[in-house]
Amino acid sequence: MMAPRDLLAEHPFLAGLEPRWLDNLAEHAHPVYRNRQHRLFAVGGSARHFWLIRSGLVVLDIHAPGRGDVVVESIGAGAVLGWSWLFSPYRWSFGAVVVEAIQAIEFEAAPVRRLMAVDPGLSAELTGRFMRVVVERLQATRVRLLDLYGFPTGAKP
Amino acid sequence: MKSAMMPQPYRVTARREETADTVTLDLAPLAAPLPPYAPGQFTMVYAFGVGEVPISISGGENGVITHTVRSVGAVTRAVCAARVGDTLGLRGPFGAGWGVPAPFGADLVLVAGGIGLAPLRPVLDHALRERDRYRHVLLLIGARTPGDLLYSSDHAAWARAGADVRVTVDRADRSWTGRVGLVTALFDELWLDPGRTTAYVCGPELMMRFTADALRARGIPEPAIRVSLERNMRCGVGWCGHCQLGPLLLCRDGPVVGYDHAAPLLTVKEL
Repeated sequence: MMAPRDLLAEHPFLAGLEPRWLDNLAEHAHPVYRNRQHRLFAVGGSARHFWLIRSGLVVLDIHAPGRGDVVVESIGAGAVLGWSWLFSPYRWSFGAVVVEAIQAIEFEAAPVRRLMAVDPGLSAELTGRFMRVVVERLQATRVRLLDLYGFPTGAKP
Repeated sequence: MKSAMMPQPYRVTARREETADTVTLDLAPLAAPLPPYAPGQFTMVYAFGVGEVPISISGGENGVITHTVRSVGAVTRAVCAARVGDTLGLRGPFGAGWGVPAPFGADLVLVAGGIGLAPLRPVLDHALRERDRYRHVLLLIGARTPGDLLYSSDHAAWARAGADVRVTVDRADRSWTGRVGLVTALFDELWLDPGRTTAYVCGPELMMRFTADALRARGIPEPAIRVSLERNMRCGVGWCGHCQLGPLLLCRDGPVVGYDHAAPLLTVKEL
């Protein structure tokens, strides 16, 4: 089995991160396997962890009265799951449940926040990487809001 | 060129309902068949007494032409309503295709949004027939909901034949266990080799722009990103100018063009 440090180094989200920061982060990370239907977190819960997904699939969901659990987005291999741990009040806005068994690297959020507090370089680097993810998902969400597939463009003969 | 403007009669020999508003028709010639088509080309389909509409060819062999048509207006509604035994008129095939085959050893990345899977199907069929020619064959499909997925009963067979098929939808309830999100999110799961990848992208224009941008961000050069554009095709042979997009007449110079040509045109309003 690969050590957490090696797993971190090969994950796309942390590609190119300085080795000393990988060493520091690895002290608060461990590999996990979660089976299908395992709920990683629920709406309103305390955001104590985040994950780098190595394989499998997780969906973000929310319960809508009258509609049941609605899936908002899925997170697959190569992606990072969870950013509510970065910002007070550290509570999940959506839920997350495994739909294809995952292998992931699970981080303890509080010690990572402490690392970031004492190391501005690491803080800037991690915040920048999360920012890129947030922007990409925001742009993708905006495009989905356009409902492109519902309204074909061009002539309507 | 008279024959290019004269619809040839074709009989509907099979009809399959793909989704609530989309059907696939197999059309066999009643007279001389149209010339062989290249993947990515289109025909002008004439619903007698209603009008004519450009439809990309989604398959067919031995003279049969297969069209998958979404009902979005008067003519396409009439085409979709055609039953087995009915006659439609076809002209074509017209336009520049996808440019397959790609070089030996290439990685093919097919990215389809909604009805955009139909024009890509001949590329997929080619790639699976000549599977040994290519290293990877990736098919990334985006749709509005699970119920809007085209050819969903074929996805497993394509995977067995050697394609890496990944599907995502814009919205779903918990009964859907697949991916939810924009089709570009599927790139996060993949490692693409910029030197070997040829991408074929078809879907709504904005979806193609975002997809092409995501491919460029992963190092794929613009000429290796091919997109299928849609404008108001009428004559099919570059005479009437209705389908002009900047310097291109899409019925003749397209519908498939390299993103190096398409990119500067797609952000210009009223073009």
